[in-house]
Amino acid sequence: MTGHSLIYAIAGALMVGIGLRALFLQAHLLTKIIAANVTASGTFLVLVGVAPFNGGAHPDPVPQAMVLTGIVISVSITAYALALLRRLYDVTGATDLPEERRK
Amino acid sequence: MSTPAFAAALVPALVWIPLSLGALSFVLGRAASPWLVLPGLLATAGVVPALLPLAAPGGIAAYHLGGWMPPLGIAWRLDGLSAIMLAITAIVSAGVGIFASSMMNRMDRQSEWFWPLLLLLIAGLNALFLTRDLFNAYVTLEIVSLAAVALVTITGTSAPIVAGMRYLLAALAGSLSYLLAVALLYARYGTLDFDLLATVMQDDPIGMLALALATAGLFIKSALFPLHVWLPPAHGSAPAPVSAMLSALVVKAGFYLLLRLWFEVFAALDSLAAARVLIGLCGAGAVVWGSMLALCQQRLKPLLAYSTVAQLGYLLLLFPLAEVVSAWQGTLILVCAHGTAKAAMFLAAGIILRAYGHDRIIAIGGAARGVPLTTFALGLAGVSLIGLPPSGGFAAKWLLLVAAFESGRWWWSFVPLGGGLLAAGYVFIILARAFEAPSADTGDFAQVPRVAELAALALALVSFMLGFAGNAVAIGLDSAIAEMTRS
Repeated sequence: MTGHSLIYAIAGALMVGIGLRALFLQAHLLTKIIAANVTASGTFLVLVGVAPFNGGAHPDPVPQAMVLTGIVISVSITAYALALLRRLYDVTGATDLPEERRK
Repeated sequence: MSTPAFAAALVPALVWIPLSLGALSFVLGRAASPWLVLPGLLATAGVVPALLPLAAPGGIAAYHLGGWMPPLGIAWRLDGLSAIMLAITAIVSAGVGIFASSMMNRMDRQSEWFWPLLLLLIAGLNALFLTRDLFNAYVTLEIVSLAAVALVTITGTSAPIVAGMRYLLAALAGSLSYLLAVALLYARYGTLDFDLLATVMQDDPIGMLALALATAGLFIKSALFPLHVWLPPAHGSAPAPVSAMLSALVVKAGFYLLLRLWFEVFAALDSLAAARVLIGLCGAGAVVWGSMLALCQQRLKPLLAYSTVAQLGYLLLLFPLAEVVSAWQGTLILVCAHGTAKAAMFLAAGIILRAYGHDRIIAIGGAARGVPLTTFALGLAGVSLIGLPPSGGFAAKWLLLVAAFESGRWWWSFVPLGGGLLAAGYVFIILARAFEAPSADTGDFAQVPRVAELAALALALVSFMLGFAGNAVAIGLDSAIAEMTRS
C-alpha cells in the first residue's frame, strides 16, 4: 500500500525537477508559465503520494484538501500570469524578460 | 470596555474588515472607493491597539477557524511577535492609505484597482501574522504575493509590467519550494500546526530538507540576498504608495515566517548552528551589496529599493546571535524602524516625482524650498536608516552591536557599523541634492497635496521617535522575545 503510492511521490518529484529546469532555463514566458504549472502539479502529486494513510486504515483527507486549495491558487496565478504576459506583449512586443533575451 | 473576551472576538476582524471592504470597493468601483475604503483602513488600524493587551504574557488570544481545533483545524493566535507585525502593518497602511487618497484623484484610470488590491494585501498580511498553520501560511503568502504583483503592475506601463512578471515568476518558484517543504513535513509528522510540530520535531534528513526548501522559498519571497534580484526593478518602478507597502511590509512577511520556522517549529534542533552562521553571512552580503548598488543609482526610487535589500540584511544577523535577548530587541525594533522609514521615503519619492515629473537625483535641486515637509521627512527617515542617534534605527543597531559583543562573536558588529557608513553615503547623496539651488534642467514645479506630505512626514516621525520610546518599546517586546527564546 505504501509502495503503491510511493510511485506517485517519485513521479511527482521528477515532475518538480523537470518543471524547475524549464522554469529556469527556458526564456519564453509562456514556457515558463507552463513549467511552473508542471512544477505545481508535481508538488501536488508529492503531497497526495507521500502521506496517503498516515497510520490509519482510511485515506487521509487533509493532503487532498490541501491539493484542492493548491489547485485553486495555481489556476488563479496562471490566469493572472497569462493576462500579464499578454499585456507585456502588447506594451513591449516581447515574450521574454530582457536579461534572458538571446543576442 | 476592552474586556479580553471582547478583544479576542476582534481578532478575526483584522482579516474580514479589509477582505470584505476590498470586495465591496471592487464592486463599487472608482466612485466610492477612497471614501469607503479609508475609514475601513483606519478602523482596521484602530482594532490593533485594542488587541495589544492580549499579546502580553499569559494573555494570548487564540481563534480556531470554524471552531475546529488542531490538528484537524487551523489555529490563529495573537502573541507578542504577531502584535508587533500587526501594529506596524496598521501604521504603515494607514499612512499609505491617507497618502494615496489625496494623490489618487488625479491619477489615471487604473487607480480604481488600487483600493481592492491594497485591502486584499492587508487582509493577507494580517492573516499571515495570525496563523499557526504551515499550509494556511502558504495560502496567505500567495494572497500577499498575488496582490503585491498586481499592485506593481497597476499602471500598465512597460517597466512595471516587466518587473512584475519577473516578480511573479520568482514568487511562484519560492512558493512552490515552500509548498514542497509543507508536503514533506506533513508526510513525516502528520500535522501542520506550529506548536504540535515543534513538540514532535526530530533531527533527521527529512526535516532538514524541509527546512532548507522552506528557507530558500522564503528567501526568494523576501528578496533576501543572494535571492534578491527581482526586488529593485519591482520596487523601483511601482507607484510610490505600492513601493511603500512592498518595502515596508511585504518583504517582512517572509522574514516573519522564517522566524516562526527557525525559532518555533525547528527550535529544538541543535544541528542548525552552522546554518545560522551561513544565514548571518547572507545578511552581511546583503548589507554590503545592496548599499554599494544603492550608491550607484541615478534615480531616487531604485536607490531606495536597493537600500531595502541592504536593510533586510541586518534582520538576518538575528540568526547567528539569537540566544542573546538584545539581538531580538534590535531586530524587532529594526523591523518597525525600517518599515516606517522606508515607507516614508517612498512616499516622499512619490511626492518629488509628482512635483518634478521625474525622480533623477541629480535634478532634485530646490526640493528643500519647494517641498520642505517632504525633504524634512526624507531627512528624518534617512537618519533612522543610517542609525544616527536618537532615531529608531540607532536603537536597533545599538542593540545589535550589544548582542554581538555579549555573545562574544564581536566580528558581527562590523556589519551594522559598516552598513551605517554606507547608508550615510546614499542618504546624503539625496539630501545634498535636495538642499541645492534649483538647476536649469529642474523644470516646472507642480503643486502637491499637503495631506500627502504630512502622511510621509508622520511615518518618518514614527521611525525617528521609536528611538525615544526605546525603553517602552523594549518592554513591549519582552513578551514576544520571551515566547521566541523560551526553547
